[in-house]
Amino acid sequence: MSALGPLATRMGDNTLILGHRLSEWCGQAPALEEDIALANTALDLIGQTQMWLGLAAEIAGEGKTADDLAMRRDVWDFRNLLLVERPNVDFAYTTTRQFLFDRWHLPMLDALSRSSEPRVAAIAAKAVKEATYHAERSAELVVALGDGTAESHDRMQAALDALWPYTGEMFIGDDIDAELASEGIAPAPESLRDGWEEAVRTFLADATLSVPDSDFAHRGGRSGARHSEHLGHLLTQMQWLQRAYPDATW
Amino acid sequence: MYAQLVKSEAAEETEQDRAFQERIDRKEKIEPKDWMPEGYRKTLIRQIGQHAHSEIVGQLPEGNWITRAPTLERKAILLAKVQDEAGHGLYLYCAAETLGISRDEMTEMLLDGRMKYSSIFNYPTLTWADMGAVGWLVDGAAIMNQVPLQRTSYGPYARAMVRICKEESFHQRQGFDIMMKMAQGTTAQKKMAQDALDRFWFPSLMMFGPSDKDSVHSAQSMAWKIKMNTNDELRQKFVDQTVPQAEYLGLTVPDPDLRWNEETGHYDFTEPDWSEFMDVIKGNGPCNADRIEARKKAWDDGAWVREGLMAHAEKRRAARVAAQ
Ligand SMILES: [Fe+2]
Ligand SMILES: [Fe+2]
Repeated sequence: MSALGPLATRMGDNTLILGHRLSEWCGQAPALEEDIALANTALDLIGQTQMWLGLAAEIAGEGKTADDLAMRRDVWDFRNLLLVERPNVDFAYTTTRQFLFDRWHLPMLDALSRSSEPRVAAIAAKAVKEATYHAERSAELVVALGDGTAESHDRMQAALDALWPYTGEMFIGDDIDAELASEGIAPAPESLRDGWEEAVRTFLADATLSVPDSDFAHRGGRSGARHSEHLGHLLTQMQWLQRAYPDATW
Repeated sequence: MYAQLVKSEAAEETEQDRAFQERIDRKEKIEPKDWMPEGYRKTLIRQIGQHAHSEIVGQLPEGNWITRAPTLERKAILLAKVQDEAGHGLYLYCAAETLGISRDEMTEMLLDGRMKYSSIFNYPTLTWADMGAVGWLVDGAAIMNQVPLQRTSYGPYARAMVRICKEESFHQRQGFDIMMKMAQGTTAQKKMAQDALDRFWFPSLMMFGPSDKDSVHSAQSMAWKIKMNTNDELRQKFVDQTVPQAEYLGLTVPDPDLRWNEETGHYDFTEPDWSEFMDVIKGNGPCNADRIEARKKAWDDGAWVREGLMAHAEKRRAARVAAQ
């Protein structure tokens, strides 16, 4: 099944890059409770990365490991959504990015847990429990901060406006997706759009935030055709030790 | 240790004070609602506060390497470890709050220099081997101090210590495990491991605080059982435990006068440079300014978030009341 590798890579790259972004917060969050919660989410995502990239490595063969894929590929080989490589900027961006992602990630994993491919279903079944908690938490934070003070509201609105154009990519399928859908391995990306919109709009209304008008969608992340400049800097840091000391084991 | 130079208040000797001391001597736990001498309360706030701040500032030197951890597993382990330290800070702030001070007040006092944190966290982490050295030596020293504190006289502090100690042994193990991989690794890795030990050895010995002969506040704190061992006792114990581990790793402790003493049954070793220690305590360590700057930035940048969350909670509460 030739589309299985790309699916595992896409899922794993999303969790790898987002997990890394969240880990950048360590020791710098607005309150201790948030510090702990961000680390918790990052940990879950790194754990999921080990499973997804582990599967991708197994399919790639040649004795490759999840670490090889995480630490030794260059930008053009990454298949994560552009959304997750957006920088942290501030707590509003970080929270909004998480919210927009979680509301896609949760139903995606839910569908994958019923995949016709047992290895995919097994990983998704484990991850969906964590994603349920992430999605509850990020929605609560969006509502609270949107509805908090004038300042928190404005910051959340600014973050939402900036990140909105990066959400469309989640729902645009390609040949790989068509193949996966036809074999019952993964849902067609387009099929998740309505549920996502409905949930997102409901929470944003509670948060007193307005949904941006534009439906323009940046793309190029999940195909690898055009990542943002940010990804290279992230990899520079994440991969540095493995690149500087290629013979070492850690 | 995490509380290195805690100034303790002198005790007066009233009838109440004597009765209080008797309770402590009988190993009874003092609880928040019990009467306690003002000096006991103030000393404990300083000590627990200093300990809590050490956990939080202590996130920074290790957090420094989370985004550069060499494998997914190492990244997950380090992240979990640093997250534990944040949790320790939380338990300890809660314990201190039972003495009538708020977490926010203590944070302000850390940021404006009225409260301290352990000197060890003012040293930089320069290579991945430092993640090994910190876990092995710094958490190792912390355990040495915290295990006896599980029996400290103040109930909430003792209970916080019980929870913390459960997690600390994992911290030390993961550090030792990193050191082992490095010490058995390539030439470059071995060099990193030795360099990390060279830089962290004496600062780790400083963690236990000045020598007993110069430690003016120890006696009262020991009588109150908020300090369970002398600084020198713990330092000796640490050296005795750590030197064989260094030998096992094939690393050299950077102390030419270190040798086993048959007569005492302990290692003889060189005292750290106490003038360096005093410099670090006064704010002149290699990272003091950076650490406080990082904490300040997190606190200031996070103000709108804390205010937003509070405002929302207040709106929700008001709505519930109105609905009733
Ligand atoms: Fe700790
Ligand atoms: Fe620790």
